[in-house]
Amino acid sequence: MSFPWAKPYEPKHPLMKWMDEKLPIPRLVYNATGPGYPVPRNLNYFWNFGVLAGAALMIQIITGIVLAMHYAANVGVAFNSVEHIMRDVNAGWFIRYAHMNGASMFFIVVYLHIFRGLYYGSYKAPREMVWLLGVVIFLLMMATAFMGYVLPWGQMSFWGAQVITGFFSAIPIVGEPVRQWLLGGFVPDNATLNRFFSLHYLLPFVILGVIILHIWALHIPGSNNPTGIEVKDEQDTVPFHPYYTAKDGFGLGVFLLVFVALTFFSPNMLGHADNYIPANSLSTPAHIVPEWYFLPFYAILKAFTFNFLWIDAKLWGVIAMFASIALLFFLPWLDSSPVKSSTYRPLYRIFFWVLVADVLLLGVCGAMPAEQPWVILSQLGAIYYFAHFLVILPIVSRIERPLPMPNSITEAVLAKHAADTSSAPAAA
Amino acid sequence: MVRPLGFLVGLGFITALVLAIFTTPLKNEPNVAYSFVKHPRHLKLASDGLMPHWDKAQLQRGMQVYKEVCSACHSLNLVAFRNIADLGYTEGQIKTFAKGFQVPSVNPDTGEVATRDGLPSDHFPAPYANDVAARAANNNAIPPDLSLITKAREGGKDYIYSLLTGYQNPPANLPTELKPGTGLHYNPYFPNLNLAMAKPLADNQVTYADGTKASVDQMSKDVTAFLVWTAEPKLVKRVQVGWAVFFFLLIFTVLAYLSYRNIWADKKH
Repeated sequence: MSFPWAKPYEPKHPLMKWMDEKLPIPRLVYNATGPGYPVPRNLNYFWNFGVLAGAALMIQIITGIVLAMHYAANVGVAFNSVEHIMRDVNAGWFIRYAHMNGASMFFIVVYLHIFRGLYYGSYKAPREMVWLLGVVIFLLMMATAFMGYVLPWGQMSFWGAQVITGFFSAIPIVGEPVRQWLLGGFVPDNATLNRFFSLHYLLPFVILGVIILHIWALHIPGSNNPTGIEVKDEQDTVPFHPYYTAKDGFGLGVFLLVFVALTFFSPNMLGHADNYIPANSLSTPAHIVPEWYFLPFYAILKAFTFNFLWIDAKLWGVIAMFASIALLFFLPWLDSSPVKSSTYRPLYRIFFWVLVADVLLLGVCGAMPAEQPWVILSQLGAIYYFAHFLVILPIVSRIERPLPMPNSITEAVLAKHAADTSSAPAAA
Repeated sequence: MVRPLGFLVGLGFITALVLAIFTTPLKNEPNVAYSFVKHPRHLKLASDGLMPHWDKAQLQRGMQVYKEVCSACHSLNLVAFRNIADLGYTEGQIKTFAKGFQVPSVNPDTGEVATRDGLPSDHFPAPYANDVAARAANNNAIPPDLSLITKAREGGKDYIYSLLTGYQNPPANLPTELKPGTGLHYNPYFPNLNLAMAKPLADNQVTYADGTKASVDQMSKDVTAFLVWTAEPKLVKRVQVGWAVFFFLLIFTVLAYLSYRNIWADKKH
C-alpha cells in the first residue's frame, strides 16, 4: 500500500521486535505517519487541513466527554445544567466554550479541506473512494452538529429541531409519521432530547471510524499534490516524518491560535442570542436561523418558492437541499477531465472561484430574513450552485484545453525554483 | 450515464428556481414599524474589550438597583448569594445580605411549606411563585429572568441600557395601529415598539451609599453592568486566561515554524 522506495520498518530494540511479532502497532504507525510513508514533496499549506480536521475532532471528543459528565439530558434541567457548567464547574466555562467554538473550527477546516479537494481535483481517480468517504464524514458531521446544538435546550435548540425535523414532513404520505418517529412525539420534547444526546455521543466515534477508512483509502494511492501529477519516483517524495509532521506541527499552532482567540475573546460571536433563552414551545423566535455552517444549504432550501410540476415548493426545497450535498457523491464522474489541478485548467479555475463566491453569497442569504433582495439572490445563487456541478462542470471538462504540464513533480518544483531565482535579481 | 442524468436533474432544479424568481414579487411588503425602531446606543463598560476588569463599585450600585427596583418583578435564578463575593463583598457581608431575604423552605417539624432566612448558598429568590402568578400580576406578560438577559438579547448590554433609558412619548406621526394599547408602553428600542414593562426608573429612585447621583442614566448603566456580570461571572477570568494561553501557543507556533524551516532547509519544494 505504498511506494517501493518506502523506508522499511526495522525494529532494533528487543522489546520493539517482540512487539512487532505480537501486535505490530509501531509498524502501522511507522508506515502510516512515520518515515515509512512517502508523500509528495510539493504539498502547500492547504494540505494541512486534513490533519487539522482530525485535531478538531479529537478536541470535540475530549471536551464533549467532560461536558457529558456534568450535563443532564432532560428538558426540565438541560438548560440550567449548561449554566451550571458555565458557573460552578471548575473551568467548565472553558470546556463548554471550547466545545461550542470547536464545532465551528471543525467546520472551517473541513470546508477549506473540501475546497482544496475541489481546486486540486483530489476527488478524481485514483482517489474517488477517499472523496466518497469524505462526503460521508461531512454528512455525519452535519447530523452530529445539529443534534449537539439542540442539547442546551435554548430557544434556537428547540425551534431548530422543530424546523429541521419538519423537513421530513414535506415528504408525501410517509413524511409526518417519519417525523413523529424521529422526534418520539409530535413536537421536540424529552424523548427527542434524550435520543439526540445519545446519538450526539455516538456519532463522533462513527466519524472516527470513517476517518480511519478515509485515511486508509488515501494511503493506497498516496496524497494528491498541487500539480495533480502522480508520484513517479523517489525524488518526487519526502518521508512523512519528519517533513510533514514538522509542517503539521506549525499548522496546528496557527489553528490553535485562531481557536483560542475565538474561544476566549469572542466565544458567542458565532452563536445566537436566542439560545440563551430557555426553550419555550409557545413562543416562536422572530428569525429561526441555523448555525453558520448550515447557512448555504438553508439558503438553497428557502430559494424554492414555487410549486412546480406536482411537487410543492417546500418539498422542492428539501429535495434540493439534500441534492446539493448528495451531488458531491457523483463529482468524480461529473468531471471527466483527466487533468486534476486547476493550475493547468484555465477555464475550470474561473468557475471554481465563482463557486467559492456563490457559496459565500448563499451563506449570507441563509442568515437573512425571507425578504428581497435576499430571496432573489439566494435563487440566483442556488441556480449557479446546481449549474456549476451538473451542467458547467461536465461541459467544461469536455471543451477545456489544459495548459502544458511538467513531466513530474520534481520537474515542477525545480522549474518553480529556477523562475524564483532568475526573477529575484530582476525585481531588485 | 451519470452526466446525462445529472444534466437533467440540474435542469429540473434550475427550471424550478427560474419559475420561482419570476413568481416572487421583487418588492417587500412595507413594514412601517421598522422605520420607528432605533438601533441601540453603545454603552462602554470596564468589562468590555480585551483588557476587561470588573468595576466593583458600579456592580455594587447595579445590584442595589436590581434589589430595590427590578427584583419586584424579575427573578435572578442563576445567581447565588455566594457569587457576589466577585463584587467585593466579604463573607460576613454576604451572610448578612443573604439573611435579608426569605427563601422557600419546609418546616422541619411539620413538613409544611414555610420560609427561612437566606444562606450564602441560596439563589436570589424569585418574586413570583410560578408563571401563572407572574402573568396575573403583569397584565398577562411574564417578566423574563434577568440572569442571562445581556447575552439573551440581540444587541446585548447596549440593548438593555438603551431600553431602560429609551422610554418616551410615541412620535406624532406614529400610525394608529402601532400606538401602545392598554397596559403597553412605547419604547423605540424594543423590536415591537410597545412593551408591557412600564418605565421602571425615575431620578433618585435609589439612594446610593457611595454618594453617586442616581439619575436614570446612571442607574441604567449600573444595573446593566451588574447584569453583564450575572450573565457571565467568569468573563474577566476568561479573557485573562485567554491571553496566557495565547502567548503560550504563540511561542509554540514560532518554535514549530523554526523547526519546520530547519527540517526543510535542504529540500526544494
